[in-house]
Amino acid sequence: MSAAPAYSEDKGGSAGPGEPEYGHDPASGGIFSSDYKRHDDLKEMLDTNKDSLKLEAMKRIVAMIARGKNASDLFPAVVKNVACKNIEVKKLVYVYLVRYAEEQQDLALLSISTFQRGLKDPNQLIRASALRVLSSIRVPIIVPIMMLAIKEAASDMSPYVRKTAAHAIPKLYSLDSDQKDQLIEVIEKLLADKTTLVAGSVVMAFEEVCPERIDLIHKNYRKLCNLLIDVEEWGQVVIISMLTRYARTQFLSPTQNESLLEENAEKAFYGSEEDEAKGAGSEETAAAAPARKPYIMDPDHRLLLRNTKPLLQSRSAAVVMAVAQLYFHLAPKAEVGVIAKALVRLLRSHSEVQYVVLQNVATMSIKRRGMFEPYLKSFYIRSTDPTQIKILKLEVLTNLANETNIPTVLREFQTYIRSMDKDFVAATIQAIGRCATNIGRVRDTCLNGLVQLLSNRDELVVAESVVVIKKLLQMQPAQHGEIIKHLAKLTDNIQVPMARASILWLIGEYCEHVPRIAPDVLRKMAKSFTAEEDIVKLQVINLAAKLYLTNSKQTKLLTQYVLSLAKYDQNYDIRDRARFTRQLIVPSEQGGALSRHAKKLFLAPKPAPVLESSFKDRDHFQLGSLSHLLNAKATGYQELPDWPEEAPDPSVRNVEEEDLSLIETHVGLLGEYTEVPEWTKCSNREKRKEKEKPFYSDSEGESGPTESADSDPESESESDSKSSSESGSGESSSESDNEDQDEDEEKGRGSESEQSEEDGKRKTKKKVPEGKGEASSSDEDSDSSSSTSESEMTSESEEEQLEPASWRRKTPPSSKRAPATKEISLLDLEDFTPPSVQPVSPPAIVSTSLAADLEGLTLTDSTLVPSLLSPVSRVGRQELLHRVAGEGLVVDYTFSRQPFSGDPHMVSVHIHFSNSSDTPIKGLHVGTPKLPAGISIQEFPEIESLAPGESATAVMGINFCDSTQAANFQLCTQTRQFYVSIQPPVGELMAPVFMSENEFKKEQGKLMGMNEITEKLMLPDTCRSDHVVVQKVTATANLGRVPCGTSDEYRFAGRTLTSGSLVLLTLDARQAGAAQLTVNSEKMVIGTMLVKDVIQALTQ
Amino acid sequence: MIHSLFLINCSGDIFLEKHWKSVVSQSVCDYFFEAQEKAADVENVPPVISTPHHYLISIYRDKLFFVSVIQTEVPPLFVIEFLHRVADTFQDYFGECSEAAIKDNVVIVYELLEEMLDNGFPLATESNILKELIKPPTILRSVVNSITGSSNVGDTLPTGQLSNIPWRRAGVKYTNNEAYFDVVEEIDAIIDKSGSTVFAEIQGVIDACIKLSGMPDLSLSFMNPRLLDDVSFHPCIRFKRWESERILSFIPPDGNFRLISYRVSSQNLVAIPVYVKHSISFKENSSCGRFDITIGPKQNMGKTIEGITVTVHMPKVVLNMNLTTTQGSYTFDPVTKVLTWDVGKITPQKLPSLKGLVNLQSGAPKPEENPSLNIQFKIQQLAISGLKVNRLDMYGEKYKPFKGVKYVTKAGKFQVYY
Repeated sequence: MSAAPAYSEDKGGSAGPGEPEYGHDPASGGIFSSDYKRHDDLKEMLDTNKDSLKLEAMKRIVAMIARGKNASDLFPAVVKNVACKNIEVKKLVYVYLVRYAEEQQDLALLSISTFQRGLKDPNQLIRASALRVLSSIRVPIIVPIMMLAIKEAASDMSPYVRKTAAHAIPKLYSLDSDQKDQLIEVIEKLLADKTTLVAGSVVMAFEEVCPERIDLIHKNYRKLCNLLIDVEEWGQVVIISMLTRYARTQFLSPTQNESLLEENAEKAFYGSEEDEAKGAGSEETAAAAPARKPYIMDPDHRLLLRNTKPLLQSRSAAVVMAVAQLYFHLAPKAEVGVIAKALVRLLRSHSEVQYVVLQNVATMSIKRRGMFEPYLKSFYIRSTDPTQIKILKLEVLTNLANETNIPTVLREFQTYIRSMDKDFVAATIQAIGRCATNIGRVRDTCLNGLVQLLSNRDELVVAESVVVIKKLLQMQPAQHGEIIKHLAKLTDNIQVPMARASILWLIGEYCEHVPRIAPDVLRKMAKSFTAEEDIVKLQVINLAAKLYLTNSKQTKLLTQYVLSLAKYDQNYDIRDRARFTRQLIVPSEQGGALSRHAKKLFLAPKPAPVLESSFKDRDHFQLGSLSHLLNAKATGYQELPDWPEEAPDPSVRNVEEEDLSLIETHVGLLGEYTEVPEWTKCSNREKRKEKEKPFYSDSEGESGPTESADSDPESESESDSKSSSESGSGESSSESDNEDQDEDEEKGRGSESEQSEEDGKRKTKKKVPEGKGEASSSDEDSDSSSSTSESEMTSESEEEQLEPASWRRKTPPSSKRAPATKEISLLDLEDFTPPSVQPVSPPAIVSTSLAADLEGLTLTDSTLVPSLLSPVSRVGRQELLHRVAGEGLVVDYTFSRQPFSGDPHMVSVHIHFSNSSDTPIKGLHVGTPKLPAGISIQEFPEIESLAPGESATAVMGINFCDSTQAANFQLCTQTRQFYVSIQPPVGELMAPVFMSENEFKKEQGKLMGMNEITEKLMLPDTCRSDHVVVQKVTATANLGRVPCGTSDEYRFAGRTLTSGSLVLLTLDARQAGAAQLTVNSEKMVIGTMLVKDVIQALTQ
Repeated sequence: MIHSLFLINCSGDIFLEKHWKSVVSQSVCDYFFEAQEKAADVENVPPVISTPHHYLISIYRDKLFFVSVIQTEVPPLFVIEFLHRVADTFQDYFGECSEAAIKDNVVIVYELLEEMLDNGFPLATESNILKELIKPPTILRSVVNSITGSSNVGDTLPTGQLSNIPWRRAGVKYTNNEAYFDVVEEIDAIIDKSGSTVFAEIQGVIDACIKLSGMPDLSLSFMNPRLLDDVSFHPCIRFKRWESERILSFIPPDGNFRLISYRVSSQNLVAIPVYVKHSISFKENSSCGRFDITIGPKQNMGKTIEGITVTVHMPKVVLNMNLTTTQGSYTFDPVTKVLTWDVGKITPQKLPSLKGLVNLQSGAPKPEENPSLNIQFKIQQLAISGLKVNRLDMYGEKYKPFKGVKYVTKAGKFQVYY
């Protein structure tokens, strides 16, 4: 091989001597000669029978293609190798072929037979790749062969080949659109395919070939919805956007009623974000407009919404956006809110993703402002953001600004004005202008702020401010003579033409407010007229004309002078204008008809401009689409149809039952929890039992404290690390050491955050009006309860329903407790917010200047108000029955801590029912409880009927027999039974007793040794004041405080409800936060658990 | 969907092109160059550009532009997401996503692009599958290949393509079975000039490095899963299990991958580990100003804060800075006006500070705009949100894996206003 050394040299880089034309003059003949020579090399290499040489040659050819160089003359040499045995050579030949076949159709035909053979290969990979290449060769003559191949592949055994067939359909269609009918047949066939692999690709083909054949989807609709979660990400995007269109043609608008009563719907939206069945809004409206048929969502519509919702948590931004647009276009108002959080998350992604997401958020925030309001701060701008992102964020902030948050927004804008990025500063000033027009209350504040900016050193800032001020002044010119005067002075300094023009226009328009200054300004302008820019000149003429009409005595000569100057201007527009103006205002002999009306023409009151978002009405494009982004219809854009007036027949989507069940089994890993391999479940269940045993034997009260600590996650992690160190790892054991350290650290931090949480709460209390406060809290509430609510998904049968419930029980109490704290604090917020709270900040603040606002921020942040938590049960309101599981019946419970009237041994539990369905719920009562030994229940009186939207509270008593075992019982309505369970935190199993310090000490003396549990802890800084400690302890356990002589000791006492055993708790705080907690109780298990709970409460 | 792809370097050379349908001439990129010129700054090139016959959707990654050509309506995020996936794949294969790496491996790049898109629609994008189809280059393999003429291309269909778990390759075998998780949290914050927090949020990710044989089924539980406010998952995670039990249950891909990313909302106020005291003042009618920064630990949970870097974009009129620092070193770039102070570790005994004079252009008015500070830091062995992994269980395989969790907290977009 003589050629071998030549190319082994340039193996490393593609820019080796193999490509000598680089840097050569293209006109010199050298190119061609060397080109030929080099290609001869390659040809020779391709002709050998050594695979390594062939491969080398192919690699070099591919490198040429990659750089965009022409390698077409090698076609015959390359195409010969299409049958090469070496798979890599073969693949590279395919690459070449697909690139050049279109140009050399005749030669390309030589390869076809190889592919035809490949289509029959037993290896599915080869079948698929043969079809792929065959369909990618854009040679019209082989259309019939392609058609045949696709048809055959569509019924291939291998789903991978079928997927390739789906990909081939649009290729063939673009080559020959006459094949459409036949291709639709294939699409129809593939749409019926039940594998996730094919689904995405075939919908893609559907969208490209026959998006109008919506009827093909009917039969596959439910299947697609169910498969969706397991389809790969790209397929998900395509399917979701297709289904959005489908749903728009097949279902009724969920907002049709709501739109009648915009107000109500808006309110409902805040309240129930997680609404599954039907928003409260539609109920209200249904009640308000009884004449209309109440809207009932098609179950298929619901299916789509339900199955797409989990995808909001996809890692792919495209999928999240697709679901977001689906919800925006299809969901009832009350449910759209769920997408906000996911969209905000995307703002952390790459800047391109941010750009697209912000565009969409900008559009959404105009229609549904409330949705993004809680995330206002996420749109704050950082100096490191690219300008295009900054401007979009500004747009969103402006859209979100309302009466309540405007001071915060303006304060933020104030910071932006000092940015170094001048484009951004200009945009900020515009944004301030828009806020001022939209929110009347802050107009003066903004105006003052803008006027201050007029003394800014940067001319661009000043100019932009002038333009915005001009727009604002038009709204209420009478009061602003001062500002106009100020502006008039600026004409001496400011050079930016747009600003000068704006000032002149203002003076002209409102010359009656500045009668003395206006003529003087005109005088100055007349002087510099020739040196002005065109737009300024036009405005000078304008000013002159207006002054001439109002004050001709003073300005007649000046006006004529200006008009004469303009008459000989270079610009024809100005000459035109001058001529036209002169005719109008200066009365002449003929044609006085118009000049009589000159005053009306020039000085007509002009409507104030409306400063609008450029994103207004963009939502007629499907969100997330290219067309939406460009605000213009892109090629191939499918209009989002309007909702139909009458729903088409829903039965078209019905499929044979057995069909559906088949699909169900395909639903894979992500989907059904029941799909978890059998062994996982078993082992889990076994483990759970083991763990539960000591836990539950508590009721006998005899098991040791160490045993019950088994459920403690801490000890679990210890055993975990032990097991890994057994496996001989030095590193992992040191790892767990670190973790332990972390834990201590974490405790400190935890309390910190709690304190600051309260802090935040106080802030919200101050700033947030009631409606919003409720929104965020209920938002949180529903979030935290979502884990329980989701159990509904699996509750197809009774058996299954029990399972998640027991799973839940298994979760260690500590992990359950933590969120409870959060919950209560948020719930309390609701209670504490007085109904008449002022929105955001008193108007006094608003009317001060922007600068004062800026100062105000730090003040409100740093003032600390003592916390107001009342010692109610920390465990707040817990959910007993989620609205979905309960078919509209929502049941919550709280531990009221009041003694139960019937039986002093019982814990009284307040149960709150509310009916969110649209039919009354009748005959609510407790069904036969299945209770562990010792536990008894005092049922609440039957509630006969609960009308839709109503709620009721009942009290029931449960004797938990001094154990934390859950009480399981049935909640029955006339038609249904729900299995529910109430598990009490240990602190609720006791009632406070009041005793003196001496009595306490005496009793404590009796309960020493085995009955005493002592634990050391570190009190975090935030938790050292008496108030906080007492409040935290009493919130955790229903104990009464015992007066105490020393200041660093806290004592609490109580009795367990059933057995009446004393529970004594002593907290001894020492220096620097060290503390010791002692619990004395006969019931050692209760004691142990109580210690744990109290420590957790204190340290977090 | 995606018609063609052009890779363009910073100096505007198109060094790679790939077409999935008919060839589109390179000249289409002129529209892109035009937009680039207009934008002045690479970051401000609009990601979507409309041209008479095509739409260009581009991303900027690692000093390269990936410009794709689109002819019909397609969700722009779809394309952007895909382009980033391409860049990730290059990174994964070649260790870096640079012009040199791509040029050196142009054939592999081409083979990858060929597999990733078919007729412009994504085909195989999971790294586990791609690696079975096209082996990543190693020195050993390239030597062997050049001698034996064998290839990097697999000849069987990766089983993952067909299964319900397309992200995991089959037949994985390791002698040491290991599973490592890195909990990395970043604090995004805006601090105003008085030191109070305007906005703070924790963004976390859990990156996993799983080298386990067979088909392990893992479940990872947290001590405090409720902390996680908003989570996005790798497709391998069983969503239902998370919804009902707050346990991450999954069959992992082989190798490195991002398991989840999450956000801890600003409602649980975020601990800010450092505080900064700073002042900058310019005397009226003088070309001089004073500049002073001190940085100290705040809520650092007793851990050392390390790798602190402070970056300040000074106003344009600043000519030079004469500073003295008690710790670390500083540089001032008079062209970009960026002051970088590399502090290192903070010891609470002696707080690092940087102070001195700022020289302005003579005659220039004192700047009105105020610079803002960007701070970087790192705290090892701490997840600032308090998130803790409780345990990792493995089902489905008999062996005992080697497990480890590492926590790191970093500054994300951490900004202090003047």
